[in-house]
Amino acid sequence: MKMSPEAKSNLLDPLIGNNPITLQILGICSALAVTTSLKTALLMSMALTLVTAFSGASISAIRNHIPGSIRIIVQMTIIASLVIVVDQLLKAFAYDTAKQLSVFVGLIITNCIVMGRAEAYAMKNPVGLSFLDGIGNGLGYSLVLIVVAFFRELLGAGALLGYQILPLTTEGGWYQSNGMLLLPPSAFFIIGLMIWAIRAWKPEQNEAPDFVIHESHSHSTGEAH
Amino acid sequence: MEAYLSLFVKAVFVENLALSFFLGMCTFLALSKKIETAIGLGIAVAVVQAITVPVNNLILNFLLKDGSLMAGVDLTFLGLISYIGVIAAMVQILEMVLDKFMPSLYNALGVFLPLITVNCAILGGSLFMVERDYTFGESAVYGISSGLGWALAVVALAGVREKLKYSDVPKGLQGLGITFITVGLMSMGFMAFSGVQL
Repeated sequence: MKMSPEAKSNLLDPLIGNNPITLQILGICSALAVTTSLKTALLMSMALTLVTAFSGASISAIRNHIPGSIRIIVQMTIIASLVIVVDQLLKAFAYDTAKQLSVFVGLIITNCIVMGRAEAYAMKNPVGLSFLDGIGNGLGYSLVLIVVAFFRELLGAGALLGYQILPLTTEGGWYQSNGMLLLPPSAFFIIGLMIWAIRAWKPEQNEAPDFVIHESHSHSTGEAH
Repeated sequence: MEAYLSLFVKAVFVENLALSFFLGMCTFLALSKKIETAIGLGIAVAVVQAITVPVNNLILNFLLKDGSLMAGVDLTFLGLISYIGVIAAMVQILEMVLDKFMPSLYNALGVFLPLITVNCAILGGSLFMVERDYTFGESAVYGISSGLGWALAVVALAGVREKLKYSDVPKGLQGLGITFITVGLMSMGFMAFSGVQL
C-alpha cells in the first residue's frame, strides 16, 4: 500500500523540520531528565511514542462526540488511562529501568507533546492520520532524546547502553570521564547547542530578534572622534 | 521543626523542581520573557502547588493505599488519574474563588491559571510526595517550598532574559537556543547549594 502524501508528512515532518522539542518547545521536561543513560532514554521514547499514538487515535475516534466545553478533561482522562497502562507494563517487565525513570513515566500525562497533538491535530482529523501524527511526533521526541543521551552517556560515563566503549582512567584506560555530563546543566547545554546546529542547517527556523543591533552605530562614533 | 526547615531549604534550593528536575519546562521557557508575567505565573504555581500536594497526600492515605478504604482493596494503580483529577479540580475551584473574592489577583493571573493544570511541576510535586513517602506535615511543607523554588527560578530566568534581549547573540542561537544555555548556567549555579546540610 502506498502512503498518501499527508500520511507521509505526518510521519516524517516532526523528525527535524517541525521537531516538537527544538521548534515547538513541547515536552522538554522529561527530555532533559531521563537522558543520563541511553537505556532510560530509549524506554522513555517508546513509552511516549505509544501514548501519543494511541491517545491520538482514540481521541480522534470519538472527536465528534466530545462536547467542546469538557474536551480537556476527556483528553486528560484518556491520556491518564493510557499512561497508567504503560506504567503498569513497565513495572511488570522492566522494573529496574522503571525505577530509574521514577516519576517521569507518570509525567507523560502532563507532557505537552501528548496534550498538544491531541488538541491541535487529533480533534480535527481522522483516526489513521492522527495515529501516524502521534507516531511521527513521538519519533521526533525520541530522536532528540537519543542524541542527547548518546552524548551524555558516552562522554559522561564512557559507556553506551551500559557497555564500556571508552576505557576510563580509573580502570586503567585512557579516557578521563567528564562528570558534568551526568549532571542536570549539561542537558540544557546539549539541547541548546543542538538547536543551534539544526538552525544553522535550516535557517528558516531562526527566530526574529527583539532588537536589531545596528552595525552603522560603531561606524558613526568612529567618525566623531 | 528542624526537619521541616531542612526540607524547606532542600526543596527550594538543592532540589529545585525547575533547575534540577526539569519540571514545568514548557511554561518555564515559554512565559519567562518578562518579569511581570513570570511573577504572576510563579505565584499561581506556588499557590496551586501548596494546595494540591497535601490534598493528594490525604487522597493517597485515606482512599488509595492498600486497605485504607476497605480491607483488601488496593487502589494505588489509580494514583495517576486521581492526582491529575485533583489538580484539575483544584485549579478550577481556585479560579472560581479568586474570581469571586480577589478579582484583582484573578485578573493579574489571567490565562496562567488554567495552564497550570498541565504544568508538570505540579503533578511532579505530588508524584515526588508519593515516591518519598512524606507524612501530611512534610507534604504541606514540601508543597509550599517546591512551589516557591519554582517561582524563584522562573522570576530569575525572566530577569536574565530581559537583559539578554539587548545583547548580540549569534543568529541560530537567538531565542530558544540561548535560553537553554542560560538555564544551564543557572542550574549550575544552583548546584552550588547541593553541599548545604541542615
